[in-house]
Amino acid sequence: MALLQIAEPGESVAPHQHRLAIGIDLGTTNSLVATVRSGMSVVLNDERGHPLLPSVVRYAADGHADVGFTAESAKATDPKNTIVSVKRFMGRSRADIAHVETLPYDFVDADGMVKIKTVAGIKSPVEISADILKTLRARAEASLGGELIGAVITVPAYFDDAQRQATKDAAQLAGLNVLRLLNEPTAAAIAYGLDNAAEGIYAIYDLGGGTFDISILRLAKGIFEVLSTGGDSALGGDDFDHRVFCWIIQQAGLKPLNLHDTRLLQAHAREAKEYLSQHAEAPITVKLSSGEYVDLVLTTDLFTEMTQTLVQKTLSATKKALRDASLSPSEVRGVVMVGGSTRMPQIQRAVGELFKQEPLNNLDPDKVVALGAAMQANLLAGNRAAGDDWLLLDVIPLSLGLETMGGLVEKVIPRNSTIPVARAQEFTTFKDGQTAMSVHVVQGERDLVSVCRSLARFELRGIPPMVAGAARIRVTFQVDADGLLSVSAREQTTGHEARIEVKPSYGLTDEEIATMLKESFSHAKDDASLRALRELQVEAKRLLEAIQSALASDAQILSVDERRQIDAAVAGLTAVVDSEDRSALDAALAKLSAATEEFAARRMNQSVQQALAGKNIDQVTL
Amino acid sequence: MSIQDDLPNIRFSDDYFALFELPRKQALDMGELDQRFRRLQSAVHPDRYVQAGETEKRLAMQWATRVNEAYQTLKPAGQRALYLLNLLGFDPQIESNTAMPTAFLVQQMELREEVMAARAAGDENALDAAHQAMRREVAEAQQELIVLIDQRHDFAAAADLVRKLMFQEKLLREINDALEAVTL
Repeated sequence: MALLQIAEPGESVAPHQHRLAIGIDLGTTNSLVATVRSGMSVVLNDERGHPLLPSVVRYAADGHADVGFTAESAKATDPKNTIVSVKRFMGRSRADIAHVETLPYDFVDADGMVKIKTVAGIKSPVEISADILKTLRARAEASLGGELIGAVITVPAYFDDAQRQATKDAAQLAGLNVLRLLNEPTAAAIAYGLDNAAEGIYAIYDLGGGTFDISILRLAKGIFEVLSTGGDSALGGDDFDHRVFCWIIQQAGLKPLNLHDTRLLQAHAREAKEYLSQHAEAPITVKLSSGEYVDLVLTTDLFTEMTQTLVQKTLSATKKALRDASLSPSEVRGVVMVGGSTRMPQIQRAVGELFKQEPLNNLDPDKVVALGAAMQANLLAGNRAAGDDWLLLDVIPLSLGLETMGGLVEKVIPRNSTIPVARAQEFTTFKDGQTAMSVHVVQGERDLVSVCRSLARFELRGIPPMVAGAARIRVTFQVDADGLLSVSAREQTTGHEARIEVKPSYGLTDEEIATMLKESFSHAKDDASLRALRELQVEAKRLLEAIQSALASDAQILSVDERRQIDAAVAGLTAVVDSEDRSALDAALAKLSAATEEFAARRMNQSVQQALAGKNIDQVTL
Repeated sequence: MSIQDDLPNIRFSDDYFALFELPRKQALDMGELDQRFRRLQSAVHPDRYVQAGETEKRLAMQWATRVNEAYQTLKPAGQRALYLLNLLGFDPQIESNTAMPTAFLVQQMELREEVMAARAAGDENALDAAHQAMRREVAEAQQELIVLIDQRHDFAAAADLVRKLMFQEKLLREINDALEAVTL
């Protein structure tokens, strides 16, 4: 008699290959890619051994994009076509960008998000970020030697919906399957928490090149629960550089600078800042293009003084996050420092004073986010080993609301709500016979629409004419596990159902992504439709695998007839899974999805039952 | 045994207490609630279904959303009381009935004026003291809700108390805002 094979708890019954998944830290200054290899999270270096990829993209007239160190070296010589810190422009209009007057680019103020005119044409921040992501993807594929099943991309916790959507669009454009958008401090908490078996309340203080995040988490028995988050998505090391830059201009009494000299001084300002992390004073010697010399010395004391308001801003956000979590600094067990900018001594000191404890610096602040993202990617890809399991509960950073009469905001979902979250709000008509209604969705903490960020505006039409106040329009906000919003609305008094779904307006439409993909493939001599077919085949294979494993563990909850229908649909899809016929593949996929709808619902109910019966998931999937 | 007997109950539309398999009481073991919340999320969270089909992904998002909503409703005492009163068939008329005892309103107004004054003067210590005092009052009201609902079944008095609690919580938020403004 054949022996039955029993898998380890937590492992799937049918052992599958290790799925290649990566974590990407798409930073303002530098980006990294990491993966879990033989149970260890490791950063993947480029062919010359560099872990960091400077987030710099230079466009050439032939359309070619240079990314990384070579692009960075052209920063001063070709400033208009060499884009640095593009993350600051994601999901932003020209008016939103700080110090825009000192930036060398030819901005084009497009609808919603700003764009940049380069020799290779007009580029959106999404496309520029996609070029960075493509480089990291190529690095990972070369290093891992196989096809990636997906990536976890990190975003600042304080990124709003527009910035998140832009990041997801960029990943898609780079041909990456996004397993999840993960908040940077949460990624750091995973890396820190798992490495140190940490339990209790932790604060993650994350000061990067262009963004600041503070997250307060409760770590307990494999659960990472974000209690609150706060920050400033336009505050980072760049701002410290800028203070030094302004000081140099003022001290040296310089006239308005050309682009080359601006970039040159910015580079020297940054070097001086970094030098002060190890030394008491930094010499600044620059030869300008006019032949003029700048010769200054910046002391630590002076640097601390000129950046005091910046540090103070981070502390205020930190206190606010603590209050949101109803905690005092003394209840925090450890403060994990993340981001290269936390190397500045005045930051270490200020954070230490606030929490009355030494901040934790035992992880490389440049790498910890990528390492955590890789761990999460590995988990989401289904590679987890038995007993090595955890769950993340994250929150939305900013409140979501609707504009009401008089330019006021009605908050619908408050900040720090655990995601996924949905909330519905009812509205009625203002005039007799009103058949349309305009809905304006905003994000932010203020009571006035004008100071919140506008996410979407849409019109509900076809409301049946009724007396004022009789119609009942229900607007539902749904924020998914990526922190992305979708809104739907319907009129519910009459049988007539006007239902619409909106994606906030700044996001790219599927057609726009398709067009961009097509354009980028015309360079890469690839074919967009072939690519779409491959994606469909991957999707079909994933579904088949998921259903096989579901049938292996839960077939007993199906009737004979139901089982027969599913088997037929599985056979139908299996028959066409490798074919080139897209429509046949589409149809077979839809059929299998429909046939397994009820099965999926019952399985979900079953796992809920078992969860409460006191068993954990590892025990029940055996 | 037929297939039907084997089916789990459909739980999605259950009330929040039933969802967590907890008794319909204002007095709630918060540790137990936390634990059940985590167990449920471990079973339904979308992160568990990243490799699944679209149907399961959608179901996971709906379930996780509902579990979050249930948790957020049962966790704060005031929200829990309102939800419980409705379940018990008592309409707390939280929106339509705005009548409050004059003495309470006067006291609230005085407290609010004190907070405004402390804010204007940048007096962090006074705000901290006000914050602590208000937190104590809120805690007392929460205890009293348990007595009114679970023991005396005096739902009308409980509804009145919830309205007071909402005033107090609003004031607590204002004190928080003031502290934020002062410490900025």
